[in-house]
Amino acid sequence: MNAAVPMPATHRPGTARAPWLLSAPAFLLFICLLLVPLVLTAVLSFQVFDHASGVKNSFTLSHYAAVLTDDYYHRIFWRTFWISALTTFICVLVGAPEAYVLSRMRSPWRSILLLVVLAPLLVSVVVRAFGWSMLLGPEGLVNQAIRAMGLPTMRILYTEAAVIIALVHVMLPFMVIPVWTSLQKLDPGVENAALSLGASPFTTLRRIIFPQVLPGVLSGSLIVFGLSASAFAIPGLLGGRRLKMVATVVYDEYLHELNWPLGAAIALTLLLANLVLMLSYNRVLERSYKKSMG
Amino acid sequence: MSFLTLANVSKSYGATHAVIDMNLSVEKGEFVSLLGPSGCGKTTTLQMIAGFSDVTAGRITLDGRDITHAKPNSRGLGIVFQSYALFPHMSVEGNVSFGLEMRRMPNAERAERVKAALALVHLEAHAARYPRELSGGQRQRVALARALVIEPPVLLLDEPLSNLDAKLREEMQFELRQIQRKVGTTTVMVTHDQTEAMSISDRVVVMEAGRVTQIDQPHRLYEHPQTRFISSFVGKANLLEGRVTANGAWATVDLGAVPLEVEAPGLVAGDAVVLSLRPEKIRLVPAGRGRLDGTVRQRFFLGSQWLYQVATAAGELVVVCSNDGAAPAEEGTHIGLDWTAQQVRLLPGARHLAQETAPAQETQA
Repeated sequence: MNAAVPMPATHRPGTARAPWLLSAPAFLLFICLLLVPLVLTAVLSFQVFDHASGVKNSFTLSHYAAVLTDDYYHRIFWRTFWISALTTFICVLVGAPEAYVLSRMRSPWRSILLLVVLAPLLVSVVVRAFGWSMLLGPEGLVNQAIRAMGLPTMRILYTEAAVIIALVHVMLPFMVIPVWTSLQKLDPGVENAALSLGASPFTTLRRIIFPQVLPGVLSGSLIVFGLSASAFAIPGLLGGRRLKMVATVVYDEYLHELNWPLGAAIALTLLLANLVLMLSYNRVLERSYKKSMG
Repeated sequence: MSFLTLANVSKSYGATHAVIDMNLSVEKGEFVSLLGPSGCGKTTTLQMIAGFSDVTAGRITLDGRDITHAKPNSRGLGIVFQSYALFPHMSVEGNVSFGLEMRRMPNAERAERVKAALALVHLEAHAARYPRELSGGQRQRVALARALVIEPPVLLLDEPLSNLDAKLREEMQFELRQIQRKVGTTTVMVTHDQTEAMSISDRVVVMEAGRVTQIDQPHRLYEHPQTRFISSFVGKANLLEGRVTANGAWATVDLGAVPLEVEAPGLVAGDAVVLSLRPEKIRLVPAGRGRLDGTVRQRFFLGSQWLYQVATAAGELVVVCSNDGAAPAEEGTHIGLDWTAQQVRLLPGARHLAQETAPAQETQA
């Protein structure tokens, strides 16, 4: 280092520490509630489990080996991811147009309907799941309607369909809000500009509006996918005992088998798989619009 | 037959009337400005021509075709928006070529036309850039190129220069006019800036509270304003209120303290009138040698001009003299004001609406 370079003026000791002091409560909370449990779970996942004596203090990779080789877990992981992906896809299909329609509404209706979209967030997921199980059950409203049309009773409850329907309902606000936000940033003139240049309303949506709300759709789908893949209450209550998803298997290992290390290994595998999927999805989509949107 | 005609066009939002019984015919190749303060209905009029706003009553025809209720994407008009409304996710080239793509033009021809349009606005070098990488003036040019490339029958400009800084605005005014002359597109511009409207238009349409109050060439609008509002909105004006005391070809108007002769036949003694006198039409002369004496209250240096506020028996008058390099009149000096009698304009009695146009007023033109 060149000695001639003037040293930056020395800060008063208080000013240099201020940012750290101000963010300390948040850091502390973050460390206590997220990092420490995560590290403990990671440590647990490498410990030996014995059915007779419980968790032992010795290192093993057997739990990860079981998760990665056993077909039983493969099926559960695969089911979890396709259900989450389909939920995300349906949320994009329903949520993006919904946000667009909401943004085009007149003043009183817009706030009222936005509230309707967001209202489910105020009700407990468990309550909502039970609501769906009443609707979708063999004697529920849906099956009554199907029978009234002269069709045979359908088995919806305790199938993938029930889980997806309820997940879409729960996750929709997480898609609508980011898309809504990017729609707010849109110059209202661009739509008229496209129309004046001879574009049909559909072409305007596809070529002008949609590319500009793509960042909102992207962040919405990341939230929805992540939350769906780790959802517990909905698959637990609407998927029943046999239709397992990763979160419900983790629960079973912890509370029924009492095999905590295996449960920890499954949970960490889910976390990793989720991270990889979301990051690569982000990378692929971001590349396509990064050039134009900055 | 005019190219673009608005016949008895009205627009109401519930009980509020944004545009009332508007009549306008624009000739092919003409540059017409709609001028007025905000809320006068000029933008609504443009929106109705563009098709973004429904017409409550009346008819709009373009080249003999009734377009009153045509969809905006079937009208084929070129529009430059106040915010420019460029497509942020498309390059300059993509923005300009969008309208041609919508017309399903073959690639080779399209590239040719885009290139020509960008050359017209001097942006050939920026074709691959994105709108956010451009300055305000450049965005404005892209918006213009995008509107002109489709060779529209009519170009609509919605406050096109209001987002530019003063110097750039002046440059773009002249460039806009030059480009419009070159391509010969019939143009309708909305603006609240009277200098802008006057410097580049063939005709100016002044609107007040939803009504057209005067349609005229810029210099006639300036010299013969039809209402009290126009005389003060378009340029500066000294407005003098008085009562006619003697009539004939030249009426005498009593301004409270001083009598003034006005060329206005048809006036009857006892009529209340408003006179308009432009500041630059008044000359400063030695005291006692002009038509009116006064004291310089304040003076302002505007570079090319001096602006004086002179207190006289007829009230305070604003006088503008070109800066000829000579020493200006000092504040507090007693001076005389002189003008040619023909320069005093008589305004119709109505205060804002020119429904009741005074027929006498036009004879002198």
